[in-house]
Amino acid sequence: MNLAQPLRLGNSGPWLRLFSAALLVLVWALAAEIAQSRVLPGPGAVAESFYYNLVDGRLLSDLAITLFRVVVSFAIAMIIGVAVGIVMGLRKRLDILLDGWLILFLNIPALVIIILCYVWFGLTEVAAIIAVSLNKIPNVIVIMREGTRAVDRELLQVAQVFHVDRQRRFFKFFLPQLYPYIMASARTGVALIWKIVLVVELLGRSNGVGFQLSVYFSLFDIAGILAYTLAFVAVMMFVELGVVAPIERHIMRWRK
Amino acid sequence: MDAMTTENLQVRIDRKVYPAEAPGGGRVAIADLAFDVPGRQFCCIVGPSGCGKTTMLNIMAGLDKEAEGRVEFSDGTPLDATPIGYMFQTPRLLPWLSVRDNVRIVLGDEEANSGRAERILEEMQLGDSLDVFPNRLSGGMQRRVALARAFAIEPRLLLLDEPFVSLDAPVGNRLRSMLLELWQSRPTTVLFVTHDLREAIFLGDRILFLSRGPSRVILDVTVDLPRPRNIEDPKVEAFRKSLLEQHNSLLHGLAEEQARDRSADDAA
Repeated sequence: MNLAQPLRLGNSGPWLRLFSAALLVLVWALAAEIAQSRVLPGPGAVAESFYYNLVDGRLLSDLAITLFRVVVSFAIAMIIGVAVGIVMGLRKRLDILLDGWLILFLNIPALVIIILCYVWFGLTEVAAIIAVSLNKIPNVIVIMREGTRAVDRELLQVAQVFHVDRQRRFFKFFLPQLYPYIMASARTGVALIWKIVLVVELLGRSNGVGFQLSVYFSLFDIAGILAYTLAFVAVMMFVELGVVAPIERHIMRWRK
Repeated sequence: MDAMTTENLQVRIDRKVYPAEAPGGGRVAIADLAFDVPGRQFCCIVGPSGCGKTTMLNIMAGLDKEAEGRVEFSDGTPLDATPIGYMFQTPRLLPWLSVRDNVRIVLGDEEANSGRAERILEEMQLGDSLDVFPNRLSGGMQRRVALARAFAIEPRLLLLDEPFVSLDAPVGNRLRSMLLELWQSRPTTVLFVTHDLREAIFLGDRILFLSRGPSRVILDVTVDLPRPRNIEDPKVEAFRKSLLEQHNSLLHGLAEEQARDRSADDAA
């Protein structure tokens, strides 16, 4: 096989994806049919549960509150992480001072941070948001520090020679060089944060997708669990494809 | 403004040592480099590679503050209080800004809104590419944008550091002609660093030859060829030959380098 040759899909790409999805549902339906078990409901049962939760249950409000927590903790994590990462990338001494803390935080399990936040700040909304943000911040710092170290000094010299003011120097000469790193941490951020939010809800909140999952777990309602899961995955895929990806395309449009 | 631009530029760099941790660390780059450039003169600076030409420009541009000495205009204005245009060896455009914004970014709001950037870009035949990102332009066009940026601020001093190196001959010659047109319509003091003697003769009113580091001025030549000049003109070549003959021993190292450059060009 010639690896240098690009794969020729023609127009079959999207159809192939659709077929792949249909195949998955088919395999699932088949497995459920054979197993005939309460713990493996088929697509029909899950769709029924989805409809029930949507119309009579709290699916929409649970999705909304969980999404709210994702957005707020994401914003906090990005703002703090980007700021600290840049400063650590620029200031050698501060970098050495904080590097140990950073490694420590990177290695504390998410669960421990969540438990400690609930213990110290109570079972509150603020504690939940702090717990999620704290789990993501070290990650953003590491990526942004790397980006800051890779900044092209030659472009900053242009700003200096032409007496460009500080504000423009930062926003037009410096920050755009970090956009690829900001986008990278945003992408991994969204993926990581929504998973942690569910755990936080499961452990200490009385609403949201994570809480409802724990309720269905105790009731052994697997169809409900799968219905909630699929709904939430759909929402997060929409955020990824409908919000994050277009923003990235716009910011990076100058690339060849 | 007119009176200001005719003041002499006085360059006195007493000593510049490369920082110890840099490559070639602790070496003296420049020692007792002193020369004056009359206002609005096009002054070329020729010297062997590694003789500290770029370092000298960086000191003037305020990028290198670790040097002993003083560079100022004869009316006492220090350089950091004057608009300086700088064209680097590479274009150094901001890839995330359009051609237009790459020029506007170095202007104040008032100047930018007066359409100055657009005017100078039109003049350089970049009028069709105002909203294009630099990545989509050829190397020659990118350099035109960099040249427009350097002139847009109406610099009192324009520094150029081998800006047309690595371009093929026709593109390079077109840019050289554009540079001369811009300089004639917007007179300013120019320091043009090159190691191409022919380029220096075509462009300059005067050529300063620098020694190997620590660099000093070893020869100061007035180029009295009438303008407009043509780079293909045999007079340019004749001027170059007679210069090399007259100062054979002094320019020996340089002439060698020229020969090497040329044969490298031929091989390419």
